[in-house]
Formats: sequence, C-alpha cells, structure tokens
Amino acid sequence: MENLNGYLIVSAILFSIGTIGVLTRKNAIVMFMCIELMLNAVNLTFVALSRHMGNLDGQVFVFFVMTVAAAEAAVGLALMIAFYNNKETIDVSEVNSMKW
Amino acid sequence: MFDNVWLIPLFPLIGFLINGLFGKKIKNETVIGGIGAFAVLCSFVVSCMTILKLLSLPGEERLANVKVFTWITSGNFNADIAFLVDPLSCVMIMIVTGVGFLIHVYSIGYMHGEEGFYRFFAYLNLFMFSMLLLVLGNNLLLMFVGWEGVGLCSYLLIGYYFHKKSAGDAGKKAFVMNRVGDFGFLLGAFTLFWYMGQSHNIWTIQFTELAKNSYLLPTGGIVTVITLCFFVGATGKSAQIPLYTWLPDAMEGPTPVSALIHAATMVTAGVYMIARMNYLFIRSPETLMVIAVIGACTALFAASIGTAQNDIKRVLAYSTVSQLGYMFLAMGAGAFAAGIFHLMTHAFFKACLFLGSGAVIHSMHEALHHAHSHDDAQDMRNMGGLKSKMPLTFITFLLATIAIAGIPGFSGFFSKDEILWQAFANPHHGSLNYLLWGMGAIAAGLTAFYMFRLVFMTFYGESRITPKAKDHLHESPMVIVLPLIVLAALSVVGGYIGIPKILGDSLGGIPNYFEHYLEPVFRYSQEYLAQHPAHGGAHPSHAVEWGLMGLSVLIAIIGITIAFTMYVKNTELPKKFVAAFPALHRAVYNKWYIDELYDFIFVNPTKAAGRMLWKGFDVVVIDGIVNGVANVVMSFGGVLRYVQSGLLYNYAWSMALGVVVILSYYVFK
Repeated sequence: MENLNGYLIVSAILFSIGTIGVLTRKNAIVMFMCIELMLNAVNLTFVALSRHMGNLDGQVFVFFVMTVAAAEAAVGLALMIAFYNNKETIDVSEVNSMKW
Repeated sequence: MFDNVWLIPLFPLIGFLINGLFGKKIKNETVIGGIGAFAVLCSFVVSCMTILKLLSLPGEERLANVKVFTWITSGNFNADIAFLVDPLSCVMIMIVTGVGFLIHVYSIGYMHGEEGFYRFFAYLNLFMFSMLLLVLGNNLLLMFVGWEGVGLCSYLLIGYYFHKKSAGDAGKKAFVMNRVGDFGFLLGAFTLFWYMGQSHNIWTIQFTELAKNSYLLPTGGIVTVITLCFFVGATGKSAQIPLYTWLPDAMEGPTPVSALIHAATMVTAGVYMIARMNYLFIRSPETLMVIAVIGACTALFAASIGTAQNDIKRVLAYSTVSQLGYMFLAMGAGAFAAGIFHLMTHAFFKACLFLGSGAVIHSMHEALHHAHSHDDAQDMRNMGGLKSKMPLTFITFLLATIAIAGIPGFSGFFSKDEILWQAFANPHHGSLNYLLWGMGAIAAGLTAFYMFRLVFMTFYGESRITPKAKDHLHESPMVIVLPLIVLAALSVVGGYIGIPKILGDSLGGIPNYFEHYLEPVFRYSQEYLAQHPAHGGAHPSHAVEWGLMGLSVLIAIIGITIAFTMYVKNTELPKKFVAAFPALHRAVYNKWYIDELYDFIFVNPTKAAGRMLWKGFDVVVIDGIVNGVANVVMSFGGVLRYVQSGLLYNYAWSMALGVVVILSYYVFK
C-alpha cells in the first residue's frame, strides 16, 4: 500500500469540511449531512490503515460505524420532523427552549 | 431454692403485652381488667410462696441471688438479669403485689366506661413490672431500669387524660423533676463502681458483693459524695424537698394511679434504695444528717400546706409527701427497719385513703353529672354529710384516718412512734435530735388535724352539694368497696407485727417481729456501728420514752380536737381564722409560693435561655451557616447558567474547541 498518505489527506480534508459545515451551517439537515461526512472520513481512515497494517480490526469498526450512522439517521430525521411540526422550520438557532 | 422468683415480674409483663397489643381489639372491659388483675394476682401468689420459703430458712441463710441470664459483659463490667431475694425485697414484693392487686380490682370498677380502658390496664401492668424489677433487681443497673420504668409509667398515667392540658403539664413536670433525681442516682452509681474498682479492684454493681466488701469503704469522704448523689435520686423519686412539687400535681391522674404509684409503691422507691444500701449510708454521718433534716423539714412543711387545701386529693398528696418525710427521717436516724415499717403501714392506710377518696369523687362526679352541675367533684367545699350516703366508704376511710393520725392500737401509731423515738434517741445527730423529734411531733399534730379536717368536711355536717344532685349520691359497687375493706383491715392490724420494744416488753415480752425479720439486711450496718460506735445521743430512760410516746399521742389528739372544733362544732371558726391571719392563710393556701419560686429561679431562666438559643444561636448562627452555603452555591450557579445557551452550534463550537485544545496539548507537549 504505497499511497497511504493520499488516503489520509483525502480523509482529513473530508473531516475538516464536515466539521466546518457542522459549526457554520444552521440548517439541521445540512448539519446532519456534514456529520455523515465526518463519519465517512473516519471510515476511510479506518479502512486505509487496516489495509496498510494488515489487520482486519479497523474494517470491523467501519461496519459498526455504519450501523450506528444508520440508526442515527433514523432517530435524527424523526427528531427533525417532530421539530418541524412544532416550529415549521429546521433552523437549529430556533432550538433554544432548553436553556437556563 | 428460689428458682421461680423470676415469674413475679414476668406475669405483669405478659399482662402488659396482651392488653397493650390486643386490648383495643378485645374491647370487653371485664376481660381486659381481668387479665390485668389476674397477672398481678399470679405475682402475688408467687410472692407469698417466696416469702413463706424465706421464712422457713434460718435468719442468716435468708439471702439468694437468682440469676436468669447474663445481660452485659464488657471488660470488668458485669451485669446480670438476676433477682435478689432477701427479707427486704420480700417485704417490698408483698406490698407491691398485694396492694397492687387490690388497686387493680378497684380500678375495674373505678375506670368503668372510661375511654382507653385497655390503655390504663396496660400501663398499670407495665408499672407493676417495672416496680418489681426495681425491688428485685440484684444490681444497680437492673434497679435503675426499674427506676426509670416506674418513672415512665408514672408519666404515662399522670397524663392519662392527655386531652386536658393540666394533666399533660403535670406529667411533664413529674418526668422532668424525676430526671433531675435520676441524674443523681446515676452519678452515685458511677462513682461507687469507679471507686470500688480503682481503689480495691472490686468491679461490681451487685448489692450483695458491695455489701460484703463494704468494710473497705472509708467513713465520710468519697462515701459522702456517693450517698449524697444517691439521696438526690431519692428526693426526686420520693418527692422530698427540694424536688417534691411534682407529686401534688400528679393528682391529675386517675385516683387508682394516685393510690398505687403516688402513695403506696413508686414514691417509696427512694426509701427502699437507701435501705438497700444502708451499709453505704451508715458510713457517712454527714449524709445521714442531711437525710434526717430534709426528711423532718419535708414532713413538717408538706403537713403545713395540707392544712389549707380544699381539693380532697391534694390534701392526701401533701400528706403523702409528709409521710415520706417521716420515712426519710427514720433513714437519717439510722433506723432503717423503722423506715421500712412505716413504708408498709403507710402503703396500707394511704392506699385506703386514696381509694376511699376515689370512691367519694366517683360518687360526687356521677351525682353532679346527673344534676347537670359543673361544680368540682374533688372540692371538699362541695361535699359534707356523705356519712349516711356512703357508710362503708366512711368507715374504712375513718379507720385509715385514725391509723395515719397515730392513735394507739392502729398501725400508724406503731410505725410513727418508732420513728419519732429513733429520731430522739439515735446516736448520730447529737443535740439535733431534739429538733428532729420536735419537728416530727408537730408534723404529727398537723397530720391529725388536716386528716380529720378532711374527714369532717367530707363526711360530716350538712351536705353542701346542689340539692338536685344530693339524691344521686350512693355507695360504690362491691368491686370498689371490697379493696377498701381489706386495706382498712390491714391499716388496723398491720402494725402488730412491729410493736416497739418498750410496748412489747410491758405487754409480756412480745418481740418486734418486723425489726427482727429485717435484721439480716442491716447486718453490715450493725457490724460497722459496733466497730465505730457513734456517741452523739444520750441513752434516755424508759420513763422518757413513755413520756415522749404519751406526748406524741397527746399532740395528735389536740390536732383532732382542733379539727373537730373548727369543722364540726363551730364551722364559723375557719372563716374567722382566715380573716384574722389573711397573709398566713394566703401563703399556706398557695403552697408557700414554692411553685412560683421555682418558676422564677429555674423554669423561667431556662425558658429564656432556650428562647435565646433558639432566636439567637439557632436562627442566626446555625441557620445562617446552612442558608449561607446554599446562597453561595446559588450565586455561582447564577453566573454559570449563561454558559448553557441552549443553542446547538454553541455546544458544537465548545466541543470542537475542547478537542482542539486537548489535541494540541498532546501534540505540542
């Protein structure tokens, strides 16, 4: 596996894009997609390093991450629908009733 | 030998458990009262068996420690649940169970229809259990358990009508004053245990062990401290100056309680305790003097208050205090047997008097109730002329009154005369003896006066009750009258087992059985006196003794005559007397203002201190600290709550920043 650095760089770029997206966007669905992007960036790292080191543990982890991500998508979308039903928006800056 | 003695306190305990746990469900008064009385009857039977067995032994073998089980073992300290059988404890259990049984029977009639009937009998049985534990316990700790138990029962029974504020207050007063005395008892017990252990390596609280080793104790010094502490305990329980004011107030309880606890048994616990530890008290001339003086003062002082009270039970209460004073006078004179003898005769005639007054009150109460009158059923000014209405009550009451007044031939005469003689002739107090005798004799005159005043006001003359109620006055049922008859008979003949020596000699050598019977108990005191003869008193001749006896009888007769003149012949005299000495009457009527004095010296300052600690210390300091901590936490929270904005991206930013900070720490370290 001679090109490990390439995979890691791509992964770091994807992770950074995801992080910045989460921190700057206010649309819940966009934030959600950004989180998925971060997760997949990590998955890419896992797979790349697993291959590089000849150890399958990393790939097993990827399956776990994908499973959790699927569950998270289901729960997250349900939350968003419930939120939309109440506020007719999915702007997270409107989610402020839990403070103080 | 006395293997079944543990049954004596057990029966009332069982009775207490049955009535206490299931009495509310049983409801049937006959069953509840029957259980209560039967339990005491069983104890009485076992007591009789015990004393018969004891009498069958030769004098020096009349002592047994019956161990039931080991209670506490800790290092040098040992305490057993064990009972002491000796002549003294046998006399006491006979009095307690015998008089107790009669009063239980009486209570079935007297408490008929009262709310909480089962509660009354449960408490009464618990009292019997505690009292028997007190007199039978063979060590200081077990005695103290009984000592506290009777105090508790006294509190519960004084406050039996707890919905009346005065009854609740009287209960609390009795309890608190008894606690003061109990503190003295404990200090005495601790000091004795510690001293015997430290100095002589004898770690024991057993009475027989202490008696055997009492020769190690010095005269005076530490023994004075110990005995004075014990005596403080006795003043509390036995209502002596300065701790006597609770007893008159204790009359708030039902009359059988006054008869059983506050006349015949519990209040004599202090006398019993001193007699039980006579070998200690005889070693401290100072303590003996204090006891004799306090006893004589109490006898005189309480008798003086009794002359002006109008509540029938209150007169009897002060009379009890006064008679207890006589017992302590005997103890202080070193005449332990005479004191116990008076304890016994007093139990008979005072129980009879209280129960008789209860019968009168019962009848008065019902009559007034029928007439819808709100007059006080206990006030003698509302009575009069009851002689024909309640003949049996009258006769028994009169016999007991003659006994307490000290008329020759009745039990009170023998015991009281013995005490007065011992106060005069004892070798301990030198010329103080004359004063002690004088105070005792005057108190005897006052006793005769106020007791006959009571009889004349209650049973003689014109009826002063509202005419409508008069027809409803009637003799009490047999269940009430029978105990009266038995007790009256005992008040008459009870004295003949202890005829003073001089009388016995002149009657052809009848010995003083009672004194002889108690001799083994006071053996160690006698041994001590034989080694350290006291030279305080002269040895008056027989002529002096006869003269003094005649004098005390004369004083009693004078007291009766004055009462007769004032309350039967010329009923205007008391009013004239009051008009002539208004200040004196007011002082006596208000009990010499002792309660007010105590309120001023002790109660109010204590209350004020309590209020100060409450408003000052508790509210400001304690609450201040607690609330201060809460306030500090709250103000921190008030500042920090702004961190929780509730906005998702703020949390996301802080998480990201936190990750960056932690990562950079590890990367650039």
